[in-house]
Amino acid sequence: MAAEDLPSEFDVVILGTGLAESVVAAACSRVGQRVLHLDRRSYYAANWASFTFNGLLTWIQQHQEESPPEEVQDWSGQLEEGDELIYLSNSDPASIRNLQVFCYASEEDEEEEADSPGPPDTTEEEEEEAVKETSETESADSKDEERTHQAVHIEGEEPEADQPRPSAAPSQSQPTRKKISYAQLVKEGRRFNIDLVSKVMYSRGSLVDLLIKSNVSRYAEFKNVTRILTYRHGNVEQVPCSRADVFASRQLSVVEKRKLMRFLTSCVEETEEHQAYSGRPYVEFLRDQQLGDNLQHFLLHSIAMVTEDTPTEQGLASTRHFLRCLGRYGNTPFLFPVYGLGEIPQCFCRMSAVFGGIYCLRHSLLCLLLDTPSNSCKAVIDSRGQRISCSHVVLEDGYVPANRKRVALPPRFVSRAILITDSSVLPSESEQQVSVVTVPPIAAGCPAVRMVELSPSTMTCIPGTHLVHLTCQSVGSAYEDLSPVVTRMFHTPESPDRGSRPSVLWCLYFNMADGWGAEPDGHDLPSNVFLCSGPDAALGHDHAIRQAESIFQKILPEEDFCPPAPNPEDIIYDGDNGSSSTAGGLEEREEEREEEREEECEEEKEVLEDASPPAEE
Amino acid sequence: QHGRVKIKTTAQQEEEKRKEREKKLKIYVAARDACFSKRSEGVWDDEALQLTQQLLSSNPDFATLWNYRREILMHLETWSPLFWLTNNAELLFLESCLKVNPKSYGSWHHRGWVSARLPRPDWARELSLCDRCLSLDDRNFHCWDYRRMVVKISGVPVDQELAFTDRLIGSNFSNYSSWHYRSTLLPLLHPESPDAKLYSFLSEYELVQNAFFTDPNDQSAWFYYRWLLGRGTSVCNCVHVLKYFGPFLALTAAQICDLPPGTINDISNEHNLTVHWTEKHTHRDCALYTGRTESWCRDSATDQELFRSELSVEKTSVLQSELQSVNQLQELEPLNKWCLLTIILLMRALDPLGYEKETLAHFQTLKEVDSMRSAYYSDLCSKFMIENTILKMEYAEVRVFSISDKNLTTLCHLDQLLLVTHINLSSNQLQQLPPQFAMLQCLEVLEADNNSIENLEGVYHLPKLEEVLLKNNKISTLADLQPLASCPKLKRLDLRGNPVAQTPNVESELVELLPSVTDLLL
Repeated sequence: MAAEDLPSEFDVVILGTGLAESVVAAACSRVGQRVLHLDRRSYYAANWASFTFNGLLTWIQQHQEESPPEEVQDWSGQLEEGDELIYLSNSDPASIRNLQVFCYASEEDEEEEADSPGPPDTTEEEEEEAVKETSETESADSKDEERTHQAVHIEGEEPEADQPRPSAAPSQSQPTRKKISYAQLVKEGRRFNIDLVSKVMYSRGSLVDLLIKSNVSRYAEFKNVTRILTYRHGNVEQVPCSRADVFASRQLSVVEKRKLMRFLTSCVEETEEHQAYSGRPYVEFLRDQQLGDNLQHFLLHSIAMVTEDTPTEQGLASTRHFLRCLGRYGNTPFLFPVYGLGEIPQCFCRMSAVFGGIYCLRHSLLCLLLDTPSNSCKAVIDSRGQRISCSHVVLEDGYVPANRKRVALPPRFVSRAILITDSSVLPSESEQQVSVVTVPPIAAGCPAVRMVELSPSTMTCIPGTHLVHLTCQSVGSAYEDLSPVVTRMFHTPESPDRGSRPSVLWCLYFNMADGWGAEPDGHDLPSNVFLCSGPDAALGHDHAIRQAESIFQKILPEEDFCPPAPNPEDIIYDGDNGSSSTAGGLEEREEEREEEREEECEEEKEVLEDASPPAEE
Repeated sequence: QHGRVKIKTTAQQEEEKRKEREKKLKIYVAARDACFSKRSEGVWDDEALQLTQQLLSSNPDFATLWNYRREILMHLETWSPLFWLTNNAELLFLESCLKVNPKSYGSWHHRGWVSARLPRPDWARELSLCDRCLSLDDRNFHCWDYRRMVVKISGVPVDQELAFTDRLIGSNFSNYSSWHYRSTLLPLLHPESPDAKLYSFLSEYELVQNAFFTDPNDQSAWFYYRWLLGRGTSVCNCVHVLKYFGPFLALTAAQICDLPPGTINDISNEHNLTVHWTEKHTHRDCALYTGRTESWCRDSATDQELFRSELSVEKTSVLQSELQSVNQLQELEPLNKWCLLTIILLMRALDPLGYEKETLAHFQTLKEVDSMRSAYYSDLCSKFMIENTILKMEYAEVRVFSISDKNLTTLCHLDQLLLVTHINLSSNQLQQLPPQFAMLQCLEVLEADNNSIENLEGVYHLPKLEEVLLKNNKISTLADLQPLASCPKLKRLDLRGNPVAQTPNVESELVELLPSVTDLLL
């Protein structure tokens, strides 16, 4: 091992490459801190990651395996008198649960839709049976350590075997379209970039502001979300939100157009009327504006994106945020990064690397070394047994033993579903729409579901498919929360056949821990150790960015947070004489990189090569 | 600090940039001088072409160089007749120039010149270039202009162009160019009857209503709307023939013209005259009766014909339904000036007298919400009030015109009042009696008490004027009264409450200025 290659001293050691951790890394490196950034995983961005189709299958498999019991090594030899150890957990079993995979695409290439045998109508009982069976297999399998990759889609095939795909609808609407098979998904799997988290970027949100301010934006490309849709009365409708949309909308009367525009204009400024409704539900305020059902639905669910009981001030604040973001880059308030959201943490890592940050994947920390008198962490021991002194430690909260975390709230979860479908929920002239779809609770007690439908133009899925992300606050398991919506809006074997909805080719359900409400400090941890929570359920990234900024300010209260990075041509690399400490740092990093490259798979290598500074002159 | 990446200082960067700029300037100046000397030597070769390209691609607004470039191209053209067949490079070069400055006069003009010379120009490509430019800036009028040329030469069908405006308006309806283009296309597409009813059939009203309901403060849609509602043609409707001691004159609404000498040589016979307006292809007959020295004749103007220059009246039902929808908007936006103004115009087109009260109320609101233009609204309101009074007078067929206490700020339509003998303008806000006032050749009594009149420019050569009442106005000097001296029959003049009444010796001087006045009130 190349353990001796790592310097034994850093200013900031960061474990976990999620968004908040990566932003802290970039911010610290940028102002000259020596940063060591580690992740025990083989990929960047932790629960913020994007995967190829095959990568996702591997990820599913990993999470269905039970991690081996942690062997606690005794590092007390490294202790000095008065010191104490805090062991870190090296797996994060709690953050992902209830994984369920269904595959509805045919196994092999198939020319004719009509080939599929079997009656299209299946009874409710059978379906439930199948689902139950699936879950059982699931739980049984997850105990099985020998479970292989194959098992994942064997399980997926079961519903298919039991209930062959109904054949009627799609062949009518698209008679010539060739069905995409599972084999094709696997074969072209590298062209998918499937996000674990589903978010979009508010064009005036804190993430976009930070990307611009820090010049990190130069490392990525973005696409506009092209339309906002909503699910209402069993139909998908476009929500007119910009001026051009309202003008062009065919579903609104001219009077509704005026009312909507007037409402949107008037709520930008806070008025006494707004204050009078403070504390009362936003839906009540909307009702009193005499907007009518249409507009009320759009404003509540699709523009404010709040629930019926959200208070007025909060509803208005979300509405204003939406409106402020409108028109900066396009007709909707949102941007989406090309190649998926997993790009964003990597861009910040790259910035950190340019400014001397050292990166190692599959490299973790085993424990923190405490200086008891000062209650601070003075060093860490990495997974190679090396002792590394440092002044600050930032940890992804999954690494911290539960008994040391201050958990004020019962842990919340986010329910997620990821669908690969064969067409858009609202076909239009352009096949390249990127849509945010709001689905209000379909029944009392059900959560409101947010859906993001990505087209191949975002480089997240292959031509002929759409990638659909569903997200909601968990009430039950992801399958329980989301499958009713999937069944209604898409065509699966479980859904009664209704017209030409998009067919689901493959889907995945899982729950992910909700990072909302977790605080960076105040835990049973040394004062110079900070926690970053995982992704929250919100649509934007504000939570993670705020967290990163507050951690940075605690580490370096005097420094500017992510000042604009200079242009590459303005950076001086005086590597030739090698005397300066800067050059030394870069060289070390280069070596570290070399080592890393050997370890990593090809795609990641490309990212890293891009991330390296220009080679020595 | 340890580990901190070194960054060039601002001074270093500035220095580098300065050097860079100097270097560029040197190259540029050298190339420019080379170009000029080549031109003065009459050289039109490939090298010169290269030089102009180099210069123009960094500065596409250098008109002299474009001229030189055209000279070179024309020269090369004469050498090789197939020159343009193989020359696509010029268009590519122009595209790069347009990227530097998408609003460069020189580049667009040159592109037009090149396109016109190409034996087989690719017009589809030109149109898509325009589309691209307009999607970046839909108000790039250079591009609009070029596009019009392309459309004209290549003969793009009108309906395609209409679809093009649909697209532009759909992406941003605050665009005069698109709306205006639409208004030129529709009559081409439907030459038979470009009127309001047709456009309602074409759902043009729906389109434009969508725009002004979405954003009633955007004026482009309102202007298009007014175009849609139509423009009536103004009708010349008054003829006045009179015999002076000298030549005969035909006096029309707008002008006085000499009758050819000898047309009427004696007054013992009845004469029938026909006056033709060559510009308007219309004519009016009038008669000069035996023994009379003058003749008055006037079209009987009804409200169907008068004052309809704003909106066409043919399709009352369309206007009525439009008034309803604009009223609907006004309920939602009671203070929108475009909406109020449009309502006023529609009401006037439909029933000026019936809606008088509402119109006045809307004018009042308009002046409040758009105080910067309150004088304009006052003038417009005055105009409408005068029109209404004339209409009422038409029904009564009297020669007394009374319009007191209506907040008039201006006088207009005096051409409609040629036969009036008695005019009452008291208690308004008039500041002057304009030169056109001299048209009222039959006027005997002028009442204009309680105004703010400062001068009497228009009270001039009124042969029958006997009484002028100007109590409480702002006439301050004797010179302002000078025009009255040309009215031979003036007998009674009331100047009480005017500054001029306070000047010393005013009475004696007035007697001298206006000897005919026997009844002077000061």
